[in-house]
Amino acid sequence: MEKFDFIEMKVPAKAEYIGVVRLSISGIANRMGFSYEDIEDLKVAISEAITNAVTHAYHETDEGEVTIGFGVYGNRLEVMVADHGGSFNLKEIKDGIGPYKNNESVEDLREGGFGLFLINALMDKVQINNNFGVIVLMTKYLNETEVGFDDDQISTTQ
Amino acid sequence: MNLVIDISEETEKTTVNLSGEIDAYTAPKLKEALLPLTKQNGLIVEINLEDVNYMDSTGLGIFISALKSAKENNSQMKLVNLQDRVFRLFKITGLDAIMDINAAIRGGSE
Repeated sequence: MEKFDFIEMKVPAKAEYIGVVRLSISGIANRMGFSYEDIEDLKVAISEAITNAVTHAYHETDEGEVTIGFGVYGNRLEVMVADHGGSFNLKEIKDGIGPYKNNESVEDLREGGFGLFLINALMDKVQINNNFGVIVLMTKYLNETEVGFDDDQISTTQ
Repeated sequence: MNLVIDISEETEKTTVNLSGEIDAYTAPKLKEALLPLTKQNGLIVEINLEDVNYMDSTGLGIFISALKSAKENNSQMKLVNLQDRVFRLFKITGLDAIMDINAAIRGGSE
């Protein structure tokens, strides 16, 4: 089994904590050696996921929680954002996840605007599960050879 | 993790200087400040984003509603001095094509 470190955070489902989580992912990604650009991508992606969770979470209870899990692997960072407030069972969640395109909850998420679209554009892999609340699982790889957005240059971060 | 909104009214335009982060927490405050300006017939609203170092889709949403309001009320909205990272979101979403954006920061290239 692939070795990884796992970090879990719980924050109240309130917009004022999105910035706190953003600082956390910035620290974790920086420690893993992600580039400045990738760290900025991660910050936007996780904020979008939590913004979704914050807007969707408060329907059931007046004071919901958002649970965030960071899987720190040798070659990638896996980020999970769940609005049901429970703890993650990593394997269980991964087994229950499919490509987000086939998931009916997408229309619902899209009403927030460009959030999910940006997550998809900025991360390497995105999956969504909505069996128990909404769970977003997104992955960004380290040392990926990528084409710059302006497409006039190719930067290798390796 | 906050947003400072400074509005200065000149004769031909109103400049909105923003400084800080635009996310779901600060966006309502921005919307509240911006929409009354775009409702003034004929007004040019120039939004200076030079000191905005973080923005996500909630910011895009605010600028979309401000643009709609500007079109309805015959005012104009311009975004100026965007940092690369912020401008990138407008490019990815294609909003750079429908908004009046001058991304070049002093000494930078467009």
